[in-house]
Amino acid sequence: MLLPMLLRQARRILLTALLGGLLGATLVRLGPGFGVDEREIDSRLNAQSLQAIRAEHARDNNIGLFYARYLSGIVHGDLGFSRSLNRPVSELLKERLPLTLGSLAYGVVGGISIGLVLALGSVWWWHAPGSDLVPAVLTGLTLALPAALIALVFLWMGAGGRWAIALVVFPHVYRYAKNLLVAAYHAPHVLAAEAKGLSPARVLFAHVFTPAAPQLAALAGISVSLAFGASIPIEVICDTPGVGQLAWKAALDRDLPLLVNITVLVTLMTLVVNACADMALARWRPAR
Amino acid sequence: MTHTRLTRTQKLAIVVLALVAVASLGAGYLAPSSYSEQYRDAISAAPSGRFLLGTDELGRDRFARLLYGTRISLLLAPAAAFLSTLIAALIGGTAGYLGGRWERAVTAGIDLFLSLPWLFLLLTARALLPLNTSPVTSVMITFLLLGCLGWAMPARIIRAGTRTLVDSDYLVQARAGGISPLRLFWRHLLPNLRPILLAQFWVSIPVFILSEANLGLLGLGVSEPLPSWGAMLRELENYTAVLQNPWMLAPAGLLVAVVCCLQLLLRTEDRIPC
Repeated sequence: MLLPMLLRQARRILLTALLGGLLGATLVRLGPGFGVDEREIDSRLNAQSLQAIRAEHARDNNIGLFYARYLSGIVHGDLGFSRSLNRPVSELLKERLPLTLGSLAYGVVGGISIGLVLALGSVWWWHAPGSDLVPAVLTGLTLALPAALIALVFLWMGAGGRWAIALVVFPHVYRYAKNLLVAAYHAPHVLAAEAKGLSPARVLFAHVFTPAAPQLAALAGISVSLAFGASIPIEVICDTPGVGQLAWKAALDRDLPLLVNITVLVTLMTLVVNACADMALARWRPAR
Repeated sequence: MTHTRLTRTQKLAIVVLALVAVASLGAGYLAPSSYSEQYRDAISAAPSGRFLLGTDELGRDRFARLLYGTRISLLLAPAAAFLSTLIAALIGGTAGYLGGRWERAVTAGIDLFLSLPWLFLLLTARALLPLNTSPVTSVMITFLLLGCLGWAMPARIIRAGTRTLVDSDYLVQARAGGISPLRLFWRHLLPNLRPILLAQFWVSIPVFILSEANLGLLGLGVSEPLPSWGAMLRELENYTAVLQNPWMLAPAGLLVAVVCCLQLLLRTEDRIPC
């Protein structure tokens, strides 16, 4: 069961990479400044030199060849050249990716932990009036704040951007987890367990949380996607030299080769995490 | 169609939203000056009878800018939501109606589109378009982009809704009765899809308001001198100024209040975020 799933996920990721690569190549071709070389405005160059420079770019005019070269470059780790920063894209990503991944790890783990703890608390005190009030207000407020504004608040407080990512992730986790746990709490087997006199903690963790755990694992993929999205404004506001800030700089400079490659890379990473979560879910869930 | 009774909080949310909408639409009457007029004699002025929220560093009336900015966000976010719902209805509805290979292909496309992180996609599309544009063009570009790129999640839900309707007994019976596909669509499918379409429209509005705010704070949204919530939040980057002039937080407060009210009205807690 796991092998077909693995193959299906691998096919999906490969297809995304291929489509993303083609889309990226198209955007790079359509983007401003494609095929233009600033050396051409150098008045000292004679006609022959200008022709030689144009000949260098002539091969890019063939669409098929351009796509083939672009995709083959990606396969060989050549992600193109950033015009705005005058450096290879792969080099820039190698420098900045570890920082972003570190922040994302903190943010996602922190966000999921806070969300789950609050959701468990809400379910634990389910019967107490107003038990849901504090988490509901907290999540409602954070959901109404743009990620950039959360980053600003963290910047004012002198806290790191990674915790801002956690704050973006946690309300989504809380709402989904709470609904899931509440639904699980109303299952007949939970009522039977309570009737048999099991302690509330045992009921919650053994009979409510554990059966819902596989579905909760699916939150990992969603959280990573949310965290990647939030990393742009957070890294920009907190001046963190990560991939999010790089994407923003690329957007301001309209450096499409750089921006498109970052987007494709981030998409692939999100897909890989989603695939891992799906496979964990399949392995965890008992066979019916 | 089921009608649910509004809670007291939801009624309050409607009142707040109505007040904000009326105030923004009546900006011309409520605000004494234009959003772009610069009072050089009152640069960074504190709130007074003349300027209710003070002035910014260029001497522009913050209250006027807030009202006009609210008008832009409150008018154009629903317009973008309408566009995205329309695209989603076309794509998702057609896929659900046709079924088979078409549905599988469209579903794969939607999944692929959803795996692209929203802000990265928005940034890439925004960078492809000219950045140095007139303020009005920048507003159009920002909200058209939001509308054109925000279709994937609604399309997935509309596709599923259409599929359920197509497989329902009364539609099978209508088809067996020899009804034309066009009549089937207009008379039976579309009216039953309306609640899903409306829900998707309302759900998209706060998402687009927040996206515009993020883009504005990153300097990729509405261009100056036109005000928008996102553009006005950029002022908050100056922490010292915010400490000295706490009324600078008014746009942030209004944004949070409006989005909270919209969320209270929606109350779709079982949705998985995209």
